Formats: sequence, structure tokens, C-alpha cells
Amino acid sequence: MLSFVLRRLGTMALTMLCLTIIVFFLINLDPNLKKLAISQTEMHTSAEQLESWLAGHGYRQNFFVRYGQWLGVLPKQPVTDAATGKPAQRFSFCNDPLVPTYSGILQGDFGCSTKFKTTVASKLFPALSATGILMLCVLLVMIPISLLIGILAGMREGSRTDRTLSVASIASTATPEYVSGVIFTVIFASWLGWLNGSAASASQGITFYNFTLPVMTLAIYGIGYIARMTRASMVEVMTQQYIRTARLKGLSFGSVVVKHALRNALIAPFTVIMLQFPWLLTGVVIVEVMFRYQGFGYTLVEAAGNNDIDLLLGCSLVSVFIVLITQLISDVGYAFLNPRIRVQ
Amino acid sequence: MQVEYISAFNVILGVIGRFWPVWIALAIVMGASFAYKKKLGLYGQLFDTGVGVVGVGICLFWLFTAIFASTVAPFDPLAQVPIMKDALPGGIEPVSKLVYYFGGDKLARDVFSRMVFGSQIVLIIAPAATGFALMVGITLGLPAGYYGGKIDTVLSFLANLVLAFPVILLFYLLVTPGIMDTPIPYAMAGLFFLFPIIFFSVLFWTRYKNRPDRLYILLGLTLVIGGWVYAGLVFDADPLKIVHIDPNQLNIFVAVVFASSPGVFRIVRGLTMDIKTRDYVAAAQTRGESPWYIMLWEILPNARGPLIVDACLRIGYTTILLGTLGYFGLGLAPESPDWGTAIKDASRLLRSFIHPALPPTIALMSFVLGLNLLADSLREQSMKD
Repeated sequence: MLSFVLRRLGTMALTMLCLTIIVFFLINLDPNLKKLAISQTEMHTSAEQLESWLAGHGYRQNFFVRYGQWLGVLPKQPVTDAATGKPAQRFSFCNDPLVPTYSGILQGDFGCSTKFKTTVASKLFPALSATGILMLCVLLVMIPISLLIGILAGMREGSRTDRTLSVASIASTATPEYVSGVIFTVIFASWLGWLNGSAASASQGITFYNFTLPVMTLAIYGIGYIARMTRASMVEVMTQQYIRTARLKGLSFGSVVVKHALRNALIAPFTVIMLQFPWLLTGVVIVEVMFRYQGFGYTLVEAAGNNDIDLLLGCSLVSVFIVLITQLISDVGYAFLNPRIRVQ
Repeated sequence: MQVEYISAFNVILGVIGRFWPVWIALAIVMGASFAYKKKLGLYGQLFDTGVGVVGVGICLFWLFTAIFASTVAPFDPLAQVPIMKDALPGGIEPVSKLVYYFGGDKLARDVFSRMVFGSQIVLIIAPAATGFALMVGITLGLPAGYYGGKIDTVLSFLANLVLAFPVILLFYLLVTPGIMDTPIPYAMAGLFFLFPIIFFSVLFWTRYKNRPDRLYILLGLTLVIGGWVYAGLVFDADPLKIVHIDPNQLNIFVAVVFASSPGVFRIVRGLTMDIKTRDYVAAAQTRGESPWYIMLWEILPNARGPLIVDACLRIGYTTILLGTLGYFGLGLAPESPDWGTAIKDASRLLRSFIHPALPPTIALMSFVLGLNLLADSLREQSMKD
């Protein structure tokens, strides 16, 4: 078991290294750097001035040197002030050191956000905690509802309950967040006026009024999928011999479902729930933009829209990390929950 | 000048009336399918269940809407009639006396016509991108599952690499205007569009290598048609100027194929690993068939059931992806009538007007729902055997 986890961790580190190189390469493509220079300098700057801005802020060093600096295996060099010839800070708002230092991801320095004029860490981590609250609410709503629907549908395969719930889950998987978000806003905010169509005020304080719509919108897409997986798993368990044995020895249907079927049927949905996180991440971006909630997704869109290189790199690192760690947890957890694999 | 309105009942009647070519085509196809369902194999069996009929019906409805879009839509999707700005559903356009059935949007365009024309964009890109993703996934997944070992390790690592990208991040990196100045999208297109040519060449080569009369015709056709489309799509150098794709659309297309082919790869790899232990594969190996013959003519046909179901689901998923791209304003032109862009424009103004938001959302939802229902009943039918 330990060697399995270690091997998976090794693969994960390699994957992260490859992914960050790819992201670093794509973000630092020449057109993107040009756009950054244009947005950071005054209007009507000539091509030479843009070029000197890029060189002056260290964007024209060798690609691998810059990647090494970002990662923290090469020292970050202060830039040289063209006028005085002395070392100067790259961005004054970040307190960059004036002597070469190892200061990258490995040292915990995420770099400098050019859009928000502050360090990436001070922007990214509050956003992450805001999104964490949202995700927690979503999971608290999504998991019980979807498991309940899946179990009710899979308990008696082919019954009317099963068919109704299955069609409902198919319908919910056909409703991406930007569709359900619009429909819910129209119904609950525009027509009924029960809920707030914007979650911008949720940063100050979360209330039922401003937080229900984002949570509902995010949960609905996942509910159908998890419910269908739970149903399939439940249907399979209900046809097993030990269920028939339990029924034949005279136990009631309810207690067979709760005591014998449920525990075995919930192994597969666990994996599915864990693998839902990457999908939730895309949903989070859509929902946060739609409801103006200042979280991780909102930050990612701002960073991407403004070519904020370090912030976007930080966001990519976090999202890739979440995807990989949930994959690891789902694998390890599956082996742990399923006795047949655990013994091997 | 005041805009006159027709009643809600007349709006419904009018909309149903505008779809007349779609209803006729739908009636012919559905009627024929019902009449001959015994002879149509898996497709015919779909008509045994209510879910299947609804699924096929919705998919065909949008297919015919896309085909007959210029007849169904009363207005040009980009035409602006200033007086109709934010008009409510049922407003009569004063000059032509035609009705804005679902009202006008903030740029005074007809919401109904835009919805109808939006179906064209979705129904061209989504199935085509899924087709290419299937080709890439099959061509790489078969050897990975069949040979195992190093090939499998490398290809699976690459697939997991792409799958570890959150889709939205991938799109923000790959579908930016700046990337069109670099050779990256063209290089990727050049790589992906090679796969169908390789696939069909190997397919015909393994089957007919002892029958040169058939082989040369089929290989020649593959290379000529494939090369022609390839030149048109990747280099925009079609000598006859028929095959042409807008650079923006090429970029979207490539990004969507890139995002969905690892999923196909995983499914094909799993199916291959399962099927290669069967007796008929062992028999083919004993006969001395080449590995690629076994993969393409023994394993692939027996993996078709789950692949067809996956393809249906995947077209729906690609539709959702295209909507996401539109919603974030990535790749597609801002005035493009596709459903995602329309939802983005309308969702910003939900506080004042809700009517431009509903048609594209319901259209997108119903199309994906139709595909999911279709996939579900296909899965049920193929499980019965």
C-alpha cells in the first residue's frame, strides 16, 4: 500500500512538472507578453519601448532560466535600472529583494500580480478560501441528495420511481451551469424575487438570500451524474446472491437495503464524487463569474483576461494540484474501501 | 412609432408554423423509421421505448432546424432593426410586417432567428469535433491496449496529462486571440487531422493487402480526399476553394478535439484490454494475422456498442463545451449567433429583460437532453443482446 502511494506521488510530481512547463510556455508566448507590456505601459508606446519594458522587467531572459526562477531552483535576479545602473526591484509593489535570492514556488513565493498590484499569495489565498466555502456548501447539498436519488432509483430497478428519477437525472446532466444559472435566476430572482441574482455581497457575509442561487446552480449539474452512478452501482448490488439470501431469511426490504446493500453500493460513487472535482472547478469558474462571487474562479478569469502571468500560473498550479490530489485520494480510498483490493 | 404586438397564443402558433419544413422532414423520417423498424437493426430498436423515440425526435428536430435554418428563420441573424431594440416577444417589425416571435435583443436582432441559426454552428462543430476525437482516441487507444508495456505507459501518461487540465484553463490558454499569431494551432491541427488519414489507410491496407485491385482504389481515394480536406483545413490552401475554415473556428475545433480525445483514448484502451483476451482474437493470432488487422477488424467492431453510446454523450458534452467557450467569449466572434454567446449577452441583462435569455438556454438544454436520452436508450438496447 505504501509503495503504491509513493509511486502515485512520484507520478503526480512528474505530471505537475510537465503541466507547469506547458502552462508556463503557453502563458509566455510572445503575443501574450506583448499584450502584457501594452497593458502595463502608457498608451501609444512604440515597439521599442514595449521591448525595453519587457527586457527591463526580466521577461526576455532565457525560457528555462525563467522557469527555474519561478520554480525556485535558480536565483531570481533583480533587474538593473537603466538610468542609474544599480539593481532595482522588478515590481515595487511586491518588495522584490535587491540581491539574487532563491524565491520561487518551492520556497513558497508565488510571484507578483501585475493586474492587482500585489503579491499573488495575498490575492490567491483569500480567493481560495472563499471558493472553499462555496464548494463545501455545494458538497453538503449535492452528496446527500444525489445518493438518496440514486439509492431510491436503484433499489427497485425498472419501477416507476426508477424511471422518473432516471429521466430527471439525465435532464440534470444535460443542464450545464450557465443554463441552469440563467433559468434559476429568471425564476427565483426575476419572477419570484425570493433570492438575490448576485452573490457579490456574499464576500461580506453569507446569507440564504445571496448564496442559495450559486450553490443550487453548481450542485444541479453534479447531482444527476452522481445519482446515475449510484443507481448503476445499487442495481448491481441488488442482484447479488447475498441480497437474495438476506431476503429469504425473512428480513424486511428496508433493512436489507440499509444494512446489506448500502455499504457495498456506496464504494463506486465515492470514486465518482472525487473525480467530480475537476468538473466542479469549471463550474466554479462559470458560477463565480455569473454571480460575481469573488473567489478562485473569478480570480482565474481576471488573471487570464489581463495576461497576469504570475497570478495565472498560481491559479493553474492550484487547479492542477486539486485535480491530481483528488485522483490520488479516489484511488487510495477505493483500495481502502474495497476489501477485495485491500487484501491484494 | 409604436411597435405592435401579437398575443401569446399567436406567438406559439406562429413559431410552430415557422418550423414547417422541420415538421415535414421529421414526419417523413420518423414515419419511415416506424414502418421499417424491424429491418433497421439497432436504430430500429430505439423506437421500441418512449425514451428512445423522444431522444431521436429531439436530435432530428435540431438537425433539420440546422439544415433548413434559412427557411425557418424570418430574419438574418445579424440584421439590426433599431426600433425593435429590446422588443418583447411577439413584436411586429413595421417594414416587413414579419414578427419578432421571441422579441429583440439589446442590439435589436431577432432572438428567434439567432436561435435557429445558432443550431447550425453547434451541429457542424460538435459532431465533427467528436468524430476527430474518436479517430485520434481509437488510433492511439488500440495499440496502447493491445500491446501494453512502454507504448501504453507513455500514451496513458500523456492522456492523463491532458485530463489533469481543468477544461476551462485549457481553453483560456489555447483559445486566446494571441495564439493565432503563433504556429501552435496550425501545428496541432496538422497533427490531429493526420489521424483520420492514417486510420483509414491502415484500415484498408490490413484488409485488402492481398487484393491490389481493391486496395489501390480505396487507398487512392483516402489519400486524395484526405489530402484535399487536409490542405484546405490546415493550410487553407484548397486548390478548388471549397474546403475552408475560419482561423478562429479552426482554433476552437482543435481545442475541443484536444480536450476530448484523451477520454476516448481511455475508453478504447480499456475495451481493447478486455476484448483481446477473447477466443476469436486468439484464433486470429493463431491464423497469423498482423496485429493491426486484429485491432481494426477483430477488436474494433466488437467494441462498437460502448463507443456509439460514448459518441452520443460526447457530442452533448462538446455542445456544452462550445457553450462554455461562447459564454466566456473565447474564440467565437462576438456577434456570432451561437447559443453560448447568446446566453452570455443575455445573462448580463437579466435584471431588465429575461426574454433574450430563455430561447438559447432551452435550445442548448433540449439538444443535449435529446443526445443523452438517445445514448441512454442505445445503452439499454445494446445491453439486451
